[in-house]
Amino acid sequence: MALEFEKPILDLEQKIDEMRKMSDSLDISDEINRLESKVNELRRNVFDNLTPWQIVQLARHPNRPYTLDYIYLMTENFVELHGDRNFRDDKAVVGGFATLGDQTVMLIGQQKGRDTKSNLYRNFGMMNPEGYRKALRLMKLAEKFDKPVITLLDTPGAYPGIEAEERGQAEAIARNLIEMSRLKVPMIVVVIGEGASGGALGIGIGDRILMLKYCWYSVISPESCSSILWRSWDFKEQAADALKLTANDLLKLGIIDRIVDEPSGGAHRNHQEAAHMLKAALLEELDTVSKIKKDKLLDNRIKKFEKMGFWKD
Amino acid sequence: MAWFKRSEKNISTENPKHDVPDGMWIKCDECGEMMHKKQWEANSYTCIKCGYHFRIGSEEYFSLLFDEGSFKEYDRKMKSVDTLKFTDSKPYDKRIEETIKKTELYDALRWGTGEINKLPAVICAMDFAFIGGSMGSVLGEKISRAIDKCLKNRTPLIIISSSGGARMMEGGISLMQLAKISTRLAKLADEKIPYISLITNPTTGGASASFAMQGDLNIAEPNALIGFAGPRVIKQATGKDLPKGFQRSDFVLEHGFLDLIVDRKNMKEKLAQLLNLLAK
Ligand SMILES: [Zn+2]
Repeated sequence: MALEFEKPILDLEQKIDEMRKMSDSLDISDEINRLESKVNELRRNVFDNLTPWQIVQLARHPNRPYTLDYIYLMTENFVELHGDRNFRDDKAVVGGFATLGDQTVMLIGQQKGRDTKSNLYRNFGMMNPEGYRKALRLMKLAEKFDKPVITLLDTPGAYPGIEAEERGQAEAIARNLIEMSRLKVPMIVVVIGEGASGGALGIGIGDRILMLKYCWYSVISPESCSSILWRSWDFKEQAADALKLTANDLLKLGIIDRIVDEPSGGAHRNHQEAAHMLKAALLEELDTVSKIKKDKLLDNRIKKFEKMGFWKD
Repeated sequence: MAWFKRSEKNISTENPKHDVPDGMWIKCDECGEMMHKKQWEANSYTCIKCGYHFRIGSEEYFSLLFDEGSFKEYDRKMKSVDTLKFTDSKPYDKRIEETIKKTELYDALRWGTGEINKLPAVICAMDFAFIGGSMGSVLGEKISRAIDKCLKNRTPLIIISSSGGARMMEGGISLMQLAKISTRLAKLADEKIPYISLITNPTTGGASASFAMQGDLNIAEPNALIGFAGPRVIKQATGKDLPKGFQRSDFVLEHGFLDLIVDRKNMKEKLAQLLNLLAK
């Protein structure tokens, strides 16, 4: 699958590949070099000038690495832990202990599927209340054994279902917000794909908020925003602009602390490299927050969110 | 987290000046009963026949709940800043100015101190009339300051919710207000100062997924719509018909998320009783 604005790049790359195959019999290395610099320039041109809507599309790219991809590529000894000890195991969120660098961490993240079958199994990364409760259980487990928590955000939203309401979707998220704000271990949040509203924030309070370069994070999806404010689904591009939902915007607004770079052409072009980049950033951040005393850590966390907002007295 | 649902009656972007209607005679939205305004007011703005709870605003709640003359408001004129330069059908700053003129309110929440049967309390009350009770920076900052007051004087906190969700025109900043308020409420809880969430019709989206559901006690008015996703969104997402009474106060209590449902006419007495129980 390719996005519309990726196609010229992919076409050219394919042409280069074909020429390479021919180059055994023909001397066309000059031509190949020429095309290679051309494709690099084209890629730079496209990716340096992405619109917010194009970034939203990249964040949803079906080949993008998901939570489990990052976990397997970044860590060792991952042991997935299941269930909220109450109702059931929500497959839209995964979590467990793993070794990152040389320390044990708790990793928790929303998990999407790659095809229809796995998407149904993962509920498209849309958590139910038991998912938020499972995440909280794992956070508390990490706190008990004094392990840092890393959460990976990638969800189109909390699931808007009848049973989700019956089991208290709002209460589940609300409780997580309170508990995350006073969890006595370092917490690092990373937006790795889509960060849609309360469904994302439900596992998204921490000491450091990171965001991969081609992700979006906001209060509502551009489509839903369009349908409500413009009263039509057709204004998603304007809505994406207006919401200021890209990593660059959010860094300026003080909502995130750091942008994590992605491989050229986006994380989906090279999972290994994307995971490598994220791992490097996480190790740095863990090193920094782990040095902060527990009391100070919680004070800082409160102060971090206290500052957010703009008003006139 | 939409802050209004066009399909529902009484909810529109073009809000009337106040939620409380003009004129001397009031018609019940539910049963059609005609009441004199004085009768209706004396009945705490509920229907004298069927008990229907009309939507009211912060002004009415302050006067219903606080002892006469005890209310002191803070930060009344705090207002939004259009940091994103957000424009849909009109620029956000223009929308704010127009709404201020129309409603004579400055944002969707007011707060102040006062006494409830002689017991000091801080009350934050939302106004649905102000852009659908949508939550932005002003609401986040006002609640934070109200909590600071509670922490300083060891005063119980009451937040009266009425909201369709976060304010889209403040983008991610409005979402972060949920985090901001939650971290402050955690602090209040750590100090063992009571927080009562009083939930009124409707409370969905960000408000329900944060402070409305974070009370030591979660109390609702009868038949209030309370949920995370709005009914229209759920219907659209699931393609299913919604059960009768879905997301209404009784339903939410039966599923275990409310401590009690209290008729508005008894609200002040019930709050005083609870605050007394916690204080003694
Ligand atoms: Zn009636």
